[in-house]
Amino acid sequence: MESKVVLSMKDISKTFPGVKALSHVDFMLREGEVHALMGENGAGKSTLIKVLTGVYEFDSGEVTMSGKSIVNHSPQDAQENGISTVYQEVNLCPNLTVAENLFIGREPRRFGMIDWKTMNKKAAELLKSLNIEVEPTGMLEECSIAIQQMIAIARAVDMECKVLILDEPTSSLDDEEVKKLFGLMRRLKDKGVGIIFVTHFLEQVYEICDRITVLRNGELVGEYETESLPRVMLVAKMMGKDFDDLADIKSERTGGIDAKETLIEAKGLGHQGTIRPFDIAIHKGEVVGLAGLLGSGRSELVRTIYGADKPDCGTLKVKGQEVKIGTPLEAMKLGMAYLPEDRKKEGIIADLSVRENIIIALQAKRGMLKPMSRKEMEEAADKYIDMLQIKTASRETPIKSLSGGNQQKVIIGRWLLTNPDFLILDEPTRGIDIGTKTEIQKLVLKLADEGKSIVFISSEVEEMLRTCSTLHILRDGKKVGEITGDELKQEKIMETIAGGEESHG
Amino acid sequence: MAKTGFDIRKITGNRLFMPLVCLAAVLIVGGIFVPDFFAVSINNNVLYGYPVDIVNRASEVVILAIGMTLVTAASGGQDISVGAVMAVAAAVCCQILSGGETSVNEFANPLALAIIAALIAATLCGAFNGFLVAKLNIQPMVATLILFTAGRGIAQLVTKGQITYIRVESYKVMGGFIGKCPVPTPVFFAIAAVALAFLVLKKTALGLYIESVGINGAASRLIGLNSTMIKFLTYVICGLLAGVAGIVASSRIYSADANNIGLNLEMDAILAVALGGNALGGGKFSLMGSVIGAYTIQALTTTLYAFRVSSDRLPVYKAIVVIVIVIIQSPAFHRFMAEQKAKRAAKNQVAEGGN
Repeated sequence: MESKVVLSMKDISKTFPGVKALSHVDFMLREGEVHALMGENGAGKSTLIKVLTGVYEFDSGEVTMSGKSIVNHSPQDAQENGISTVYQEVNLCPNLTVAENLFIGREPRRFGMIDWKTMNKKAAELLKSLNIEVEPTGMLEECSIAIQQMIAIARAVDMECKVLILDEPTSSLDDEEVKKLFGLMRRLKDKGVGIIFVTHFLEQVYEICDRITVLRNGELVGEYETESLPRVMLVAKMMGKDFDDLADIKSERTGGIDAKETLIEAKGLGHQGTIRPFDIAIHKGEVVGLAGLLGSGRSELVRTIYGADKPDCGTLKVKGQEVKIGTPLEAMKLGMAYLPEDRKKEGIIADLSVRENIIIALQAKRGMLKPMSRKEMEEAADKYIDMLQIKTASRETPIKSLSGGNQQKVIIGRWLLTNPDFLILDEPTRGIDIGTKTEIQKLVLKLADEGKSIVFISSEVEEMLRTCSTLHILRDGKKVGEITGDELKQEKIMETIAGGEESHG
Repeated sequence: MAKTGFDIRKITGNRLFMPLVCLAAVLIVGGIFVPDFFAVSINNNVLYGYPVDIVNRASEVVILAIGMTLVTAASGGQDISVGAVMAVAAAVCCQILSGGETSVNEFANPLALAIIAALIAATLCGAFNGFLVAKLNIQPMVATLILFTAGRGIAQLVTKGQITYIRVESYKVMGGFIGKCPVPTPVFFAIAAVALAFLVLKKTALGLYIESVGINGAASRLIGLNSTMIKFLTYVICGLLAGVAGIVASSRIYSADANNIGLNLEMDAILAVALGGNALGGGKFSLMGSVIGAYTIQALTTTLYAFRVSSDRLPVYKAIVVIVIVIIQSPAFHRFMAEQKAKRAAKNQVAEGGN
C-alpha cells in the first residue's frame, strides 16, 4: 500500500564555488511517514535541507509538493508552501510566553489590538491536541529544551505544515525527553504530516523512522525501508563501502608496543551531555583508534581526557599518577598534545605566520615571561617545515594562505615541538590530499616507534586499520566496544559501530 | 629600473606605510596653507611652534592609544571609558593633594601618594571593565559604557562636585616643563609609555598571546592560553594608561575638572588605532601604527585650529578628513585601485598593439 507522495525532489544539483555539494539527488517524502536523512559529515544533508527551505537556491532539478512544482526563494516562501523546519537550537524568544511564541507574527486581533484571551485559549487548545503539558502563559525560558522544541514543532504544525523538517532535534535531549518528542512525532504522523528527520543517532532512526535516505559526498546512495535495511548495511552505506568488498587491511606495524607501561588510564571518566563515563587504557608506544559515526562521542572522549571539556566524573591516571586536568595547559604540562577535529575553528590561528603557529604551543607551555628568542623560533619553524615538508612560500607566510594539508602539517609540527608523550590526533587527514594522508599515517607509525602514544581518530576505517593496534568503538556518546588483534577487521568494526541487532549477512 | 620598482613595493607593502603617508599628507597641507607651520623657536627657554604643539598635545592620545590597541587586538572591541577614567584619576589625584579643599596653594599630602592612588583607581576601573568583558563575556562596547557614563559621576563624587585646583608649581610640572628643559613634559610621558610598552612586548610573549587570542579564541584555549586572563590583562593595562593620561591632563590645568578632562578622548584613541592600520575587529596589531595615528589626529586638530576653525565646528572637519583617510586605507579601496591600474595597463597594451 503506497501512501500519497507529499514532497518530491528530483535531480537536484547544487554547486558552491569549487565544490559540488549536491549532484542529481532525488528525495521523496510520503504523507504520514518519518523519513530519516542520513550521511556523514559533508554528505550533503544540510545542503539538501537548505535547498528545500529556500536558504540556498538550487542549480538544477525540480521540487514538487502535492503534485505542484514549487520554488522556494526564502524560508518564508517555504513556510507558505507548508514546509517548516525546527532546528537543533530552538529559535524562539525565551523571554516571551509560550502562547506568544506560538502566535508571534500572526496574533489573533480584536479592534487592531492583540486579543490575549483568544490567543491563550487557542494556544491551550493547540498544546492539548498535541499532548504537550505546559501552561500557555508560562515563560518559554522556564521550559526544558525538549518542551521548547515541542513548542517550536507545535507552532510549525499550527501553521498548517505538510512537511516538517527536524534538524538534529535530539542532540541536546536526554532519554526521557527524546521519548516525549517521539510521542509527539508519532501523533503528527497520524495526522498525515510528513517528517524529515536528520540525526546521527542510529538507535533513534530504527525506533521511529519508516524510511531512510542515505547521502554520501553529495550523491544519493539510495532510499530504503527501515525494516529491510540492517544496521550494518546502513553504516556501510554511509561510510561508502559495499559489504562484500570489506577487504582485510592489516596494520603495517610490527611490535614496538610496551604493554607493561600504561601511560593513560581513565576510569569512569565522563562529561555530562557529551560523553558517558568510559574506561580506557593507553600504553606506551601504542596507536589507539577511536571509531564510530560522526557525533558518536569520539572527539568528546578525547576532549575530556585533554581537559578541553572538564570531566565531571571518574578518575584519570597519567603514568600511574592520579591527576585532575581542568585546562588544556595542565594537560600539555603532563605531556599531552591535541590536534582538534575542526582545523579552521580550533586549529589554525589564521592571520599569524607559519612560524608563529608552530611555536605558539611551546611558548604557551613555557609561559608569558619566558619568550622564545627570534632565533629559537626560526630554528624551530625551519626544523618542522623541513621535517614535515610543509609547502610554504616562507616561514613568515600567514598560515591561512597554505593549503589544508599543509596547514594540518603546521599544526602537527606545533605539537611535535612541545615534545609530547601522548598525542591526540582528531581527524588529522580529513579534507587533505591522498599524498599528505599517507605521509601523516607514516608519521604516526614512526612516532609510535619512538615511544609516543597516539590516539588516532578517523572516519576512514582503512586508515585506522593501517595504523592502530587497538580500536575503541563508540556509539551515541558511549564507548561500546574494544577490538584488538585478529579481530581487527572491517566487518567486525562495522558490526560494532552499528550495534543493536546482529548482522543479517 | 626593475630593481627600484621592487624596492618601492617593499616600502609601500610595509604596514606602517599608509599611516605615515596620512600623517605626511596632513602635515603637507598644513605646511602649504599655514604660514610658518614648521617653524620652531625658543622663547623664554621654551620651545614654540606648531610642531611642538602637535607633539605636546598628542601625548594623552598617544598614551591612551597604546592601551586601546591592546584591548582592541585581544577582545575585538574598544574601551570607551578611557576618557572618563582619566577624569577619575585626575579627581582622585587632586582630591588627595588638596586634602578636601577646593583650592590649595600647597600639597596637603605627598605628591607620590596622590599619583599612586590615582593610578590604582584607574587600574581598578580597567580591572572592572576587564572582568565584565573577559569573565562575563559582555560586549566590550556595552561593558565599558558603564564607566563611560558613570566615570565622570564618580569623579564628581570624589571632588564633591567642585573643580579642585592645585595651585602648586611642582604639580604643574607633569603638564608643563621640568626646570629649564625646553621640551614639554607630556612628551616625555608619551615617549616613556611607548618605550615601556615596546619593552614589555619585546621581553614577554604578551604580544603573541594577545594576537593569538584575538584571532582565534577557541584555538588559543586548546594550545594552553588562558584567553580570559589575557583579555583581562589588556583592560587592566588600558585602565592604568588612562590613569597616566588623566594625571598629565590634570597637571596641564592644575585642577580636576570632572566634566572636561579627557572629554571625547576615547574617540580619538579609537581613531588612532584605526588610523594606524589596525583592524578594530581584533587580531594582529601594530603599536607603532597607533602611535602614528595619534600624532596624525593631533596634527589634524592643530592644523584646523591654525585655519581658525572654531572648536565647536572642529569635529565636522575632522570627520571629513578622517573619512578620507579611513577610505584610503581600506582594503576595498586598494582593490579598486588595483583594478583601475589593471584596466589602464590593459588599455595601454591595446594601444601599443595598435601601433
